[in-house]
Amino acid sequence: MLLIACPYCGERPELEFAYGGQAHLVRPQAPSELTDEQWADYLYRRDNVKGVHAERWRHVHGCGRFFNALRDTASDRFLATYEIGTPRPAVEAAR
Amino acid sequence: MQRFSGLALLSRGLAGHRSWGPQWRRAEPQAAYDAVICGGGGHGLGTAYYLAAEHGLTRIAVLEKGWIGGGNTGRNTTIIRSNYLFDESAALYDHALKLWESLSQVLNYNVMFSARGVMMLAHSVHDVQIAKRHIHANRANGVDNEWLTPAEARAFCPPLTTDGIRYPVLGAALQRRGGTARHDAVAWGYARAADALGVDIIENCEVTGIRRGTSGAIDAVETTRGLIRTPKLAVAAAGHTSVVMRMAGLRLPLESFPLQALVSEPVKPVFPCVVMSNTIHAYVSQSDKGELVIGAGTDAYTSYTQRGALYVSNHALAAVCELFPMFRRLRMLRAWGGIVDVTPDRSPIVAKTPVPGLYVNCGWGTGGFKATPGSAHLFAWTVAHDEPHPINAPFTLERFRDGRMINEAAAAAVAH
Repeated sequence: MLLIACPYCGERPELEFAYGGQAHLVRPQAPSELTDEQWADYLYRRDNVKGVHAERWRHVHGCGRFFNALRDTASDRFLATYEIGTPRPAVEAAR
Repeated sequence: MQRFSGLALLSRGLAGHRSWGPQWRRAEPQAAYDAVICGGGGHGLGTAYYLAAEHGLTRIAVLEKGWIGGGNTGRNTTIIRSNYLFDESAALYDHALKLWESLSQVLNYNVMFSARGVMMLAHSVHDVQIAKRHIHANRANGVDNEWLTPAEARAFCPPLTTDGIRYPVLGAALQRRGGTARHDAVAWGYARAADALGVDIIENCEVTGIRRGTSGAIDAVETTRGLIRTPKLAVAAAGHTSVVMRMAGLRLPLESFPLQALVSEPVKPVFPCVVMSNTIHAYVSQSDKGELVIGAGTDAYTSYTQRGALYVSNHALAAVCELFPMFRRLRMLRAWGGIVDVTPDRSPIVAKTPVPGLYVNCGWGTGGFKATPGSAHLFAWTVAHDEPHPINAPFTLERFRDGRMINEAAAAAVAH
């Protein structure tokens, strides 16, 4: 089980959290101007990286708040957690 | 190829079984091929076999970064069924099921396909309605599926408890043609048959780059064992599809999750069929070796680690112990994870791509093993003809752009 550091509550077991998928996907500002191709990009296509992945989590059984995390999907090691709205920290996976 | 037969078994047996040689060559990569398949699991090896056997291509290589059948082909729970809801899916999975029925004879290799029946339990009024809807849809599509009362379900699977449990069993849907097969034998059988037709199976050879010519078409693949030129690259890389396709500049509608399974210590034959419960989330069968093969769920987050959290498998075990109290004292022998590539509509992609000469077979999610022969057969057709077979024609990459989803989320082997 993963140990996840909620930026508001500190380290808690994975069971307290809900996963929210890839982070930093911004809803289009002018939806009516998008092509079908652009909609498919926003709705369905994902980076699905093997390596450092920026992703959303929500501390559902704690403070209830969303936050972002950087996790190495090749090792499941968390490299950073940070508040929504702050930029992605410059962290690389340990090799 | 050494053909297997009763006579061969007897004569070599009398000679002490010392004369059986390797069943396929250890091939070295050549400079160029007519088609290269990335991924040496059941789907990739089967694709190579059908390309050689049915479409006359002979200069084919299967590139596998590890050893053949060491990915999801060796990590699944071997369940085979075709009771999917939608017309497109029923046609696809039943095509596979029909190929399973004669696969051992076609390959001259015993894949131990056993049509022992797949029973899917209903625990609520909603489950009953969904199951019956599936049964009617399946029968309209020529796919066998029938409704069992709790008493009939117990008669078909005596260890099953239907009453006095937290989620009582209100009935079950039974596909008698469904069952299990020996997963390793599927990889080995296809490898052996493809090798006999001249296919080079190259292990420990990871694709590290994809080169495209000036027209944008596939020109070559870079691998850990050198550059290999090819006009056709067929990717059957399961959980790593996103990683490979990014080398060609494509971003796919896929996310990769760990899916866990586990087996118990072996016991005498006690379990006659496959039982699945989507609602309380467990599926179980008994292998011919005697182990209970138990499927758990996917972990919540994307990962490539081939392992997951204990609470996920624990949840499946709790459900198994509730349904089959006699298994409560069994010890679990091994647990593992496989990385499954999941699409937004839980249906696969077997298709051409926007890159000429590049084909992809992915998105089988939590249920790819059952489709192995059908998937390989249709993918080989697609690669050979540069257009999809009518059965896999709906399973395109473009359906996500065009809104033509085949939303099988409710029909999948595990609750999502």
